[in-house]
Amino acid sequence: MAYPEKIRNLYQGQVKAIQDAGLFKQERFIHSPQAADIEVEFPSGAPLKKVINMCSNNYLGLSSHPDVVKAAHEGLESRGYGMSSVRFICGTQDIHRELERRMTEFLGTEDTLLFPSCMDANAGVFEAVLTKDDVMISDRLVHASLIDGIRLCSAMPDTYKHSDMAHLEEKLQLHADKRLKMVITDGVFSMDGDTARLDEMVALCDKYDAMLLVDDSHSSGFIGKTGRGTHEKCGVMGRIDIITTTFGKALGGASGGCVSGRRELVEMCRQRARPYLFSNTIAPVVVSGVLKVMEILNASTERRDKLEKNAAYWRKGLTEAGFVLREGDTPIVPVMLFNAKLSQDFSKALYDEGIYAIGFFFPVVPQGQARIRTQISAGHEIHHLDRALDAFTKVGKKFNILGKTKQDIIQMYGV
Amino acid sequence: MEGLKDIILQYVTKEYLEDDSEPLNFDTPLISGGIVDSFSLVSLKRFLENSYNIKIPDDKATPEAFDSVNKIAVLVEEFVGKKG
Repeated sequence: MAYPEKIRNLYQGQVKAIQDAGLFKQERFIHSPQAADIEVEFPSGAPLKKVINMCSNNYLGLSSHPDVVKAAHEGLESRGYGMSSVRFICGTQDIHRELERRMTEFLGTEDTLLFPSCMDANAGVFEAVLTKDDVMISDRLVHASLIDGIRLCSAMPDTYKHSDMAHLEEKLQLHADKRLKMVITDGVFSMDGDTARLDEMVALCDKYDAMLLVDDSHSSGFIGKTGRGTHEKCGVMGRIDIITTTFGKALGGASGGCVSGRRELVEMCRQRARPYLFSNTIAPVVVSGVLKVMEILNASTERRDKLEKNAAYWRKGLTEAGFVLREGDTPIVPVMLFNAKLSQDFSKALYDEGIYAIGFFFPVVPQGQARIRTQISAGHEIHHLDRALDAFTKVGKKFNILGKTKQDIIQMYGV
Repeated sequence: MEGLKDIILQYVTKEYLEDDSEPLNFDTPLISGGIVDSFSLVSLKRFLENSYNIKIPDDKATPEAFDSVNKIAVLVEEFVGKKG
């Protein structure tokens, strides 16, 4: 017995504090495959409701694609369910190496190493390649998994203002005495949907002999003319030293991630990255599914082209309706509400109208920047987007925010 | 001391505040207030060490000691004093 009442009370107090602060996270149970149309039980025990999903990372609509499901079935039959091992003991099948080769080719890098997730890739990569004599300079809005990886590394951490190239250059000068410098950014920033200025960053890294790491989880498969990612969009293919990315979003949406980049850096991850060394290999069924996804993407750009059109249609519709949006040209379209409670009330009202979209507020986004983050998919048809636009407009009118500026909305609801 | 505080305030404002942020004062909580994150504290420490030719040991550069311009100024004075 090591869980006396006083310890239980301590944690109950903490859970209650989270609830009282309005920060308690509650899952919604989906009873159907991931898609544009889903059936949801919310709150727990409520009858199922058919809604349009406007908040998934299923950018290419491949999460439940019949060819991907079929390939996963075949992988299950031919390679089994689990490997019961980490990669380097007896957890590497031919298909794991095959996927690494396909990713290397797709991303235009030198080599690739699979991880159980991109969270794990980001957690392991820094400590594998940097030491206390080095510095990591990251954009202030990078994803939490990069922040955790930076925390786990003995190199010195520093940051620069979001996408501020002059500030990044100051930091590169400040840390000129360090043995190695690594600049760290998201490719597309997940909460704002804007794209890193990789062409300028590559130039700065060249000037100051710094390596560049890009997490392209919200880009791989659909950003750039052939969907290679932000390095393709910015015209710097082959110039990024490390790309980390996920198979848990556009690339099938199941799980897994990778580190891809310079051969020696990838090899150091194979030798030293702890989530690679001490966590199970990706299940064969998932690898088989992702291999099919890569085949689909290499055969045609049809899905990323449709996604681009859908995202432009959605952004234009919301703009014409009078919402305040974050600037950008990616499928992440944040509808700015600024006030945390308003974002929650707005999300609930949308749900009542059959639209599933989540409100985000501090600490997920900075204080006073609460929003509904919408994410567009190639799985959406125009009729889905039109219905969602009708619902957004109706709810926007209800809360009297259409045609209003940021200042107007803050004046009405506070921050 | 006032001159020192002004220099620190100016640096923190330029380094950490966005254009539309509320202005800081000497007591604004920097770290507990979410203005300076723990990673960014490194460049603040380096700025102080370079500007005043001092060395602040890592165990003294705590989030508490760096939580306001006033507290930072006290810390810097301590090490400038030791140097003399």
